[in-house]
Amino acid sequence: MNTESKLEKVLAAGHFAVTAECGPPKGSDVSVLERKAAHLVGRVDAVNVTDNQTAIVRMSSIAACSILKGMGIEPVVQMVTRDRNRIALQSDLFGAYALGLRNVLCLTGDHHSFGNQKAAVGVFDLDSIQLVRTVRDMRDKGTIIDGEAIQGAPKMFIGAAENPFADPVAWRVTRLAKKVAAGVDFIQTQCVFNVDRFEEFMLQAHNAGLTDKVSVLAGVTPLKSAAMARYMATKVAGMDIPEELLKRISGVPKEKQAQEGITIAVETIQRVRKIPGVAGIHLMAIEWEEKVPEILESAGLAQRPQV
Amino acid sequence: MIVAERKSIAEIRSLVDRYASILVVGCDSCVAECAAGGHRETQLLAAALKLSFHKDGKSPIISEACLDRQCVDDFIEGIAHQVPEHEAILSLGCGAGVQALARVYTTTPIIPALDTLFIGETEMRGVWQENCLGCGQCKLGYFGAVCPVTRCSKKLMNGPCGGSKDGRCEVNPEIRCGWQMIIDRLTSLGELDRLAEYVPPVDWSRSHSGGPRRVVREDQKP
Repeated sequence: MNTESKLEKVLAAGHFAVTAECGPPKGSDVSVLERKAAHLVGRVDAVNVTDNQTAIVRMSSIAACSILKGMGIEPVVQMVTRDRNRIALQSDLFGAYALGLRNVLCLTGDHHSFGNQKAAVGVFDLDSIQLVRTVRDMRDKGTIIDGEAIQGAPKMFIGAAENPFADPVAWRVTRLAKKVAAGVDFIQTQCVFNVDRFEEFMLQAHNAGLTDKVSVLAGVTPLKSAAMARYMATKVAGMDIPEELLKRISGVPKEKQAQEGITIAVETIQRVRKIPGVAGIHLMAIEWEEKVPEILESAGLAQRPQV
Repeated sequence: MIVAERKSIAEIRSLVDRYASILVVGCDSCVAECAAGGHRETQLLAAALKLSFHKDGKSPIISEACLDRQCVDDFIEGIAHQVPEHEAILSLGCGAGVQALARVYTTTPIIPALDTLFIGETEMRGVWQENCLGCGQCKLGYFGAVCPVTRCSKKLMNGPCGGSKDGRCEVNPEIRCGWQMIIDRLTSLGELDRLAEYVPPVDWSRSHSGGPRRVVREDQKP
C-alpha cells in the first residue's frame, strides 16, 4: 500500500470498485454541492470532482473535495494542466494533501476553446503524463520537478484517464503503457457506450501485461434522453456512441427515454464487469447524481465494501 | 517566414486619423509572400485609405514606399529622406519590422497595419500554416519533423489526447491532429520506436517564457 487512500484499499483488497463523479457549482454556493453529494454518501467508494470541465469556470476541485471530505466522502481531486503551470500544480498538490485529500486524477483537460473563457491563455506547461510522473516522484522520491527535496511529501493515489475510442485507435494501449510507466495507479476511461471496442482495448491492455499494473475503472454514463445521446455523439470530443444505441433510445417514447438510459447503463455495467482486467466502474451521472443509488442497486453494486 | 494579416481599414483609421500626412511602408519579404504587406498590398492599402478618408471629406497626404526588409537597418535607411516629410509611418511590416522602424526613427510615430500571426509556411496558394513557435529547443528530430509544440493544440509531448478523431483535432475539424501526423509520419519512416519513451517536461526558459530573447555572436560583429 503506497498511500492512505480508501480507494487504493478497496482496489488492493480485490473489490469491484465504484466511483462517481460530481461537478462543482458555477459559483460559491456550497448548498448545490452538498445536495448533489448527499446522493453519493455511503453509496460509492470515492467521488471524483471535476476541474473546470469543458473549460467552464466552476468552484475549484480542491475546495469542493475538501467540502465532500467533511461530509464523509472519499474525494478524488481532478487536476488539469490546461490552466496551471508546474509551479501552481505542485503547490496545489501540497495544499490538497494538507487538506487530507489522498487521490488525484491527472488530466490535460478539454481545450479552453470549448468553455466560457475562450480568450484565455492555454497553459499546457505539462501534459497529463508528465503530471502523473510529477505526483509519483513527490510520493516515491520526495522531490519536485528537477529533483529538489520537499518537506512532507504528498502521498497520493494517482489516477489518469484514457479514451479507448479516440484515434489513432491502435495507439491507445501504447499510450496507456506510457501512463503506467509514468506511475499511474488507476485509470478512468472515457464513457463506454461501444462495449465491443472497449472489450478489444481491454484485451490488448491485458495482453500487454498492463492490467496487472493498473486498476482500470470503466467509465459509465447514463443517457437522459435521445437528444442528449445525439448531442454527445456529435458534439462532445472523444465520444463513441454506436448508431444502434442511438436508435434504441430514440425508439422509446420521450417520457420513457430516461428509464431506457438507465437500463442501458445497468446493462453496460453488467457487461464491462465480466471483462478481464476491469477493476471497477466510474459512474458519471452528469447533473443526475440522484440516480446513482438506483443504478447501483439495479447493477447489484449497492453494497460497498468496508475497508 | 512570418505570416501576417492586414487589420481592418476601420482599425487602421482609428490609429492614423490624427495625422495630416502618412507614409505607408511595405516590406517585400515574408509579408509579401503571405500577400499581406508587400509592394502590391502597400499600393492597395494606400489607395483604400485615400478612398476611406475621401468619403469622410478628409484628404491627408498619403505617400508610399516599400523596403526589401523592414527588420534590417541597411534597408530601413532607404526611406530616411521621406520620413521627415510625414507625421507618421503606417507600417505593413511584421511586429519586428514595426519595432525596427521605431528604433531607427525615434521621433516618428510608427503604426502597425498588420496583425502578425505566426512562423509558418505557404502550404498552397492562399493557404499559410503555422508550424513553429520558436520554443528555442527544436525537437523535430524526435517527432518525425512534425512539431508537437506547434501542431498539437495542447502542446502535448506525450500525446495524442483523447480528442483526436479521424485525424482531426477536438478544437476544430479544420485543424489536423498533430499527433496523428507524428504517428503517421514515424510509422511510414519505420521509426515509431522514437515515441516509446516518456518525454519529460519542456524547458520553456529557452522560449519567450525566459523573457525577450537575444542572440549575440561575437564572430559576426563588425
